[in-house]
Amino acid sequence: MDIHSLPMHRIHDLLESRQIGAVETVLAFLERISSIDPEVNAYLATFGEKATEEAKLFDSGARQFSASPIAGTPIAIKDVICMRGTSTTCGSRILQGFVSPYDATVTEKLRRAGSIFLGKTNLDEFAMGSSTENSAYLKTRNPWDIGRVPGGSSGGSAAAVAAGLCAGALGTDTGGSIRQPSSFCGVVGLKPTYGRVSRFGLVAFASSLDQIGPITRDVEDAALLLQAIAGYDPADSTSVDLPVPDYRAGLKQPIEGLRLGIPRQYFIEGTHPEVEKAVREAIATCKNLGATIVDISLPHTEYGIAAYYIIAPAEASSNLARYDGVKYGHRAQNSADLMDMYRKSRSEGFGSEVKRRIMLGTYVLSAGYYEAYYKKASQVRTLIGRDFLEAFEKCDAIVAPVSPIPAFRLGEKSEDPLQMYLSDVFTLPASLAGIPGISVPCGFTSENLPIGLQILGPHFREDLVLRIANQFEQATDFHLKNPEVKGGGKCK
Amino acid sequence: MDSKITRNEVRHVALLARLELSQSEEELMTGQMNTILEYMGKLNELDTKEVEATTHAIELRNVFREDRVVPSLDRKDSLANAPGADGVNFVVPRVL
Repeated sequence: MDIHSLPMHRIHDLLESRQIGAVETVLAFLERISSIDPEVNAYLATFGEKATEEAKLFDSGARQFSASPIAGTPIAIKDVICMRGTSTTCGSRILQGFVSPYDATVTEKLRRAGSIFLGKTNLDEFAMGSSTENSAYLKTRNPWDIGRVPGGSSGGSAAAVAAGLCAGALGTDTGGSIRQPSSFCGVVGLKPTYGRVSRFGLVAFASSLDQIGPITRDVEDAALLLQAIAGYDPADSTSVDLPVPDYRAGLKQPIEGLRLGIPRQYFIEGTHPEVEKAVREAIATCKNLGATIVDISLPHTEYGIAAYYIIAPAEASSNLARYDGVKYGHRAQNSADLMDMYRKSRSEGFGSEVKRRIMLGTYVLSAGYYEAYYKKASQVRTLIGRDFLEAFEKCDAIVAPVSPIPAFRLGEKSEDPLQMYLSDVFTLPASLAGIPGISVPCGFTSENLPIGLQILGPHFREDLVLRIANQFEQATDFHLKNPEVKGGGKCK
Repeated sequence: MDSKITRNEVRHVALLARLELSQSEEELMTGQMNTILEYMGKLNELDTKEVEATTHAIELRNVFREDRVVPSLDRKDSLANAPGADGVNFVVPRVL
């Protein structure tokens, strides 16, 4: 039995029944990381020693596996989330050497739940990108084909889960950054409702959109990991004070009688035929499980990209103003004065995509352009939100592709920013509307590249999204396939 | 096709954004921003005169709390990541 190919809940069962040890488990993952990760490049930092020490506490009985249904299982954290005493780079040179002075709320909650942290995973710089190629440090490879990108921006977390380099991981999703890489890497990724999970200690990109969520090997793990991190947090005043249901308890409920909406705007020209075919087959599977399939319309879908790529950069330009070379991060040498130091430090520290978004955001917020761009985009955001509200009167949840294409080749889109933005067409609207969405494996292309099914639900209905995803997953076997990563090679 | 943003404007926006672009970066940025802003023009197909703007997807209420002192990050931790500090303050190049 390979521990690394098991979901967290299975590892937890084995740990609790003493069939395997916590140290043994951690060492198995660390060993796999040292043999495979030079090829995948999923991690920016690993905490082998600390993780082993933590595991010893479980084996000695100082900590209990009963702490939570994921206690003692080793996980990875996207390197945009703070962990006290460890570096948080956000994949950026500007934060090289930054050590978090405190824990993010999600990190603290996971500590309490008994998670063992294996390391921090790679990402597009400040989570801006759809391929993880914008990291200043590493290019993460897709474990299914190392010539291809893992998606992004949580590409390191998705690749780590897919390659068995951790049992589960946290990612963040601003416009699809959990769902799209999960789809590209053939794993499960859930973006919770905006406000479901505290953002305290998550380095901000676009504050009205950012949300932390699980990336896991199966839906049950996603439910358990969400359970551990969800809930109101006084430290994040945008987190919502609503009861958190028992997500695992709801998974087993059949989907018979549920109305699943199929938005016609998500089946468009330009979608890879094998992606469309897999998604159509997945819809047929749901129908066989007793769901009613309803044709719906989300008429403003095609405006999502333009609205998002105004709103997110606008928020980013403001959030990233804090990197000034004063409080933390990179400071340029030999500056003539304070202004010169700001400009030089930022120009040396940020990569090209981050600069582009700061420029775009500054422009659309600047005098004379605010109404034409930012205000207009915020109004279109209202229309997109209304589309979903109206759709949820006709259906209980929405089923669609995650991405129009499977994983693309490294370098294929990196020279053309707009082409990269356009690939986010199916994930952006849900982000703008703040609704929850999951990616669950639903097939493979003829080149053996994973395809993801996106399931979207109304605000705070993660339970429903997880339930549909689980029923679909249990009726199929796509989630049981693993990529073959040989290891030993080098492609850094 | 009218360009949406000129090179001079790009230079000005860079100043507002506290960035310094090289000649070649400036040229590339002008081209890319024009392509992207041209695409954004798509939003003008929609009449939004009567539409309220959304700034948050979830309804937010003001959050009040008691005005009392609680522990926060101490000075040592606050200064620990600073590129320039003297143990009490952040140190920056001369302002005046």
